[in-house]
Amino acid sequence: MFRTALRNVLAHKARLLMTTLAVMLGVAFVAGTLVFTSTLSDAYAKGSAKGFEGVDVAVRPGGGDEDEPRGPSDLPHELLDRLDRVPGVESATGVVSGFAALADKDGGLVGEGWSTQGGNYDAGPDGKKEDPRHDLRDGRAPLRSGEIALDSKTAERTGFGVGDTVRMSVNGPIREEKVVGVFDTDDGGVAAGGTLVLFDTATAQELFSQPGRYSEIVLTAEDGVSQRELEKRVRDVLPAKTLTSTGDEMADEQARMIEQGMSGMRTGLLVFAGIALFVGVFIIANTFTMLVAQRTKELALLRAVGASRRQVTRSVLVEALVVGVVAALIGLLAGIGIGAGMRSLMGSVGATVPDGPLVVAPSTVLASLVVGVAVTMVAAWLPARRAAKVPPVAAMGGVHAPATPRGLLVRNTIGALLAGSGAALVLYASGIGMEDGKLPMSAGAGLLVIGVFVLTPLLSRPVIAVAAPVLRVFGTSGKLARLNAVRNPRRTAATAAALMIGLTLITGMTVIATSVQKSIDKLATAAIEADYTVSMANFLPLSAEVEQTLAKEESVTALSPLRNSPSRIDGEYEPLTGVDGKALDDLLELDFVQGSFAGLGGENVIVDTATAKEHGWKAGSSFDVVYEDGERGELTVSGVYEGNEMIRGIMLDTATLDPHLEQVTSMQVMVKTADGASDATKSSLQKALGDNPAILVQDKKDLSESIAQMFTMMLNMLYGLLAMAVIVAVLGVVNTLAMSVFERSQEIGMLRAIGLDRHGVKRMVRLESLVISLFGGVLGIGLGVFFGWAAGELISGSLATYELVLPWSRMGVFLALAALVGVLAALWPARRAARLNMLEAIKTE
Amino acid sequence: MTTSTHSDAPSATSASPGVAAARARDLTKVYGQGETRVVALDSVSVEFHRGRFTAIMGPSGSGKSTLMHCMAGLDSISSGSAWIGDTELSSLKEKKLTRLRRDKIGFIFQAFNLLPTLNALENITLPLDIAGRKVDKDWLERVVETVGLSGRLKHRPNQLSGGQQQRVAVARALVSRPDIVFGDEPTGNLDSRSGAEVLGFLRNSVRELGQTVVMVTHDPVAASYADRVVFLADGRIVDDMTDPTAESVLDRMKAFDARGRTS
Repeated sequence: MFRTALRNVLAHKARLLMTTLAVMLGVAFVAGTLVFTSTLSDAYAKGSAKGFEGVDVAVRPGGGDEDEPRGPSDLPHELLDRLDRVPGVESATGVVSGFAALADKDGGLVGEGWSTQGGNYDAGPDGKKEDPRHDLRDGRAPLRSGEIALDSKTAERTGFGVGDTVRMSVNGPIREEKVVGVFDTDDGGVAAGGTLVLFDTATAQELFSQPGRYSEIVLTAEDGVSQRELEKRVRDVLPAKTLTSTGDEMADEQARMIEQGMSGMRTGLLVFAGIALFVGVFIIANTFTMLVAQRTKELALLRAVGASRRQVTRSVLVEALVVGVVAALIGLLAGIGIGAGMRSLMGSVGATVPDGPLVVAPSTVLASLVVGVAVTMVAAWLPARRAAKVPPVAAMGGVHAPATPRGLLVRNTIGALLAGSGAALVLYASGIGMEDGKLPMSAGAGLLVIGVFVLTPLLSRPVIAVAAPVLRVFGTSGKLARLNAVRNPRRTAATAAALMIGLTLITGMTVIATSVQKSIDKLATAAIEADYTVSMANFLPLSAEVEQTLAKEESVTALSPLRNSPSRIDGEYEPLTGVDGKALDDLLELDFVQGSFAGLGGENVIVDTATAKEHGWKAGSSFDVVYEDGERGELTVSGVYEGNEMIRGIMLDTATLDPHLEQVTSMQVMVKTADGASDATKSSLQKALGDNPAILVQDKKDLSESIAQMFTMMLNMLYGLLAMAVIVAVLGVVNTLAMSVFERSQEIGMLRAIGLDRHGVKRMVRLESLVISLFGGVLGIGLGVFFGWAAGELISGSLATYELVLPWSRMGVFLALAALVGVLAALWPARRAARLNMLEAIKTE
Repeated sequence: MTTSTHSDAPSATSASPGVAAARARDLTKVYGQGETRVVALDSVSVEFHRGRFTAIMGPSGSGKSTLMHCMAGLDSISSGSAWIGDTELSSLKEKKLTRLRRDKIGFIFQAFNLLPTLNALENITLPLDIAGRKVDKDWLERVVETVGLSGRLKHRPNQLSGGQQQRVAVARALVSRPDIVFGDEPTGNLDSRSGAEVLGFLRNSVRELGQTVVMVTHDPVAASYADRVVFLADGRIVDDMTDPTAESVLDRMKAFDARGRTS
């Protein structure tokens, strides 16, 4: 039987081509994802391990998490001295680090905001000591304020060298620094495309922490002292809350974090690969169904000469196995290529990825092959079972049996039940809120999609009938196309369903994203009366100097920072927002439930309704607070306002809060100007801030745009990932059409003989393709809108400003996309049909 | 051995062109090249007269189907010429040839070749629909009546018997009032009674509607319905018989077989 199966595969090479391609694409996606993520995590892990080579034990301050407001927990200099004297310590280096933005020669920010770091070069008290973490390549170490050292990669990238003056910013104000040294580093951030700027220790402390304090102390051990041993010795001299870890532990921890981050990314990508493979299942099932139908006589003959049912089933499955193995192997190779390609692609769009060898793990190979083969076999299982049901007597019959409509009643009943219960579940879930509704909604959505898929044969007739008036324009070709499209409802359904799945997801995501974008836009801009908000490009804290600079501007009429400081109230962590109590009324439009702005200042605070409810406060309530510096105070609620996701919490006057802050910084500064928002005002503000690349000055329009940009980027990524499913669906349409043309070659030959010209034949095939694709498109877009609406109902529970936005133009584009799929998919089959040899076709066997 | 009705092949072209619905002169068809070269038709000249029912007979491989295909514009001609009415085929481009088939020629095939998605009536009017021509109601009624399909027009092919299906095919061939109807073994897939019916309709269409019919067959009984039988062997016309009977045709065929065996 195996040999028969193998021969069949070879005999039907062309017809198995699309199936193979579909499986191959899916497997390539899976393999590509696995190769890419394991290559990346390997490179990151190696990079980070290298980064910890110069560290045997690291000492860090304790606390600083949510439960414990960060207190005076930084490491003092005397601790460094004490550690240096511990026996076995070869060197002790104090580390200070934080965000530092570097401007390139054109004034733009170098690197991504999250990976531009600043730190200190620990040259010791005499300025002679070598910092074990960084190897100076050129020049010397920075010794005083105004001097810096640059990492060599950044120096290379920007063209800066020793002697150049660079512009940079740490927390707002622009700084001009002279490059005195260039160093090589194994820092993981730099390897990943970030920048590292080193100051002398005193300047770094001033910028990133406090004079004489470090955020970390790094120790190296003398020869013969193990990391564990050193850690044990060091612990004895450290305060109780201080944390220590060995270099190996940190490297392991880092590797674990990387692995975790990668696995999230891997799972995300694999979901999309799974969707593409799922769509592929339809094509495979379709192909094998048709192959079995075409071979009815042959299979019956096998049965007639004594093959058992099981042998027949097995022969079809073996065929699927061969196809699966071949497709999976090619897919694996293609996937390795994709994995390599993705890295250079990411490199080319600016995200620098660390160098490293391409990692093709044995598990990748195994997973890809198993997935490819399993998907093919599962999809071929039903057709294989059907093959076994061919009665031996069919071998004698002259005519190959056409697909009977038998079983559609059962199918429709099951479909209606599934779709009905799915829709009911979704509707039910849409009314009960995010937390409880998530699960039933996903389940309902799944049921509904499967139900609609099961029902597609039934739906195909009425839906395609709607297109009849349009198709009538195309005369006989149009009529025949419509009739052919509904001729084999199961096949049409499976083909259209493949496209439907992709478009359902695309439409659903678009509806949700568009609606959420609109509502977030409303949130972000509705309550804001300020003309501008000023913030750091990476949304890290902004120095108080910025608000002082802005306040001096003539055009500025009102200004308030938004400071953020942790506090403890009733033993619970609670963030405090410091604002300018007098100016705030001009900058924010808040709806007060109780009290008003008038009372803000001194010990008076305003709170949003949610926080007030949580603590049982009303206007006039008083409560005790522990500030971040540990001091206690009593505050009084003077007003309760309607908060939202952007503006909420406890707001108090900066005059009350600032004395308790370790570093006076703000998340953003809101500004109102005399003439309102204009390009001229904006550029004068930017100029006042020294045209700083790290500072964003945004008006409401910019804010909307940056929100829109974020969503557009996300959507484009989703489109890109879902494109694979659509491509597979296109293969499915090509497959179906090619087989239909093959099956109907006699008919087409007759049509040609009695006078339908080649154009007519081509048009007939194209229109059939168009009808099937648009059918899938309409179903997909319809379902997508429904899911979008339903998910929106869930979201609206937690996003007050949510409202459904139907992106009509986008949906038009998707429908056009479905039409395009139809036209493209028909190219080859239509040509084939038109080129068909009339005489061969008419001749009887 | 020759019979009394025998006339030499060249005489087939001697009739005046005015009464020929289709004719061929020195029609040659060659398949393949070099060692695989096969001459299917070897300089055949023949005329099919208007208002006559002609059968083309010959053993398998004699080239009878090829002759029909070439003369009906379904296959290309290697050399020589073929006309439908006054139109020479070898000079026509693909598009004009298709239009010619659509407007001037009717076809009946061995496999009934109906579209399963269309009902009987739609199948009958298919050539007119393709051409975008109006259906002549009276003519359609007459054709449908002639082939005895009234009352079955709304049926789909799979609801009709083989004989009925072939009658639909005959009606389809006749409905556009073609200059000539070509049949390729039209009774090959039918039992003898249904075959007789279909042949009767073809003869009626010639007698009553004035249709021209040319039919390829290997069945002497089928050939006996024709007014004239042209015999082909090895790509040449070897005999021409008018008013044939099944017996005379059978005798003639036996003679070929005998000659084939002795040569």
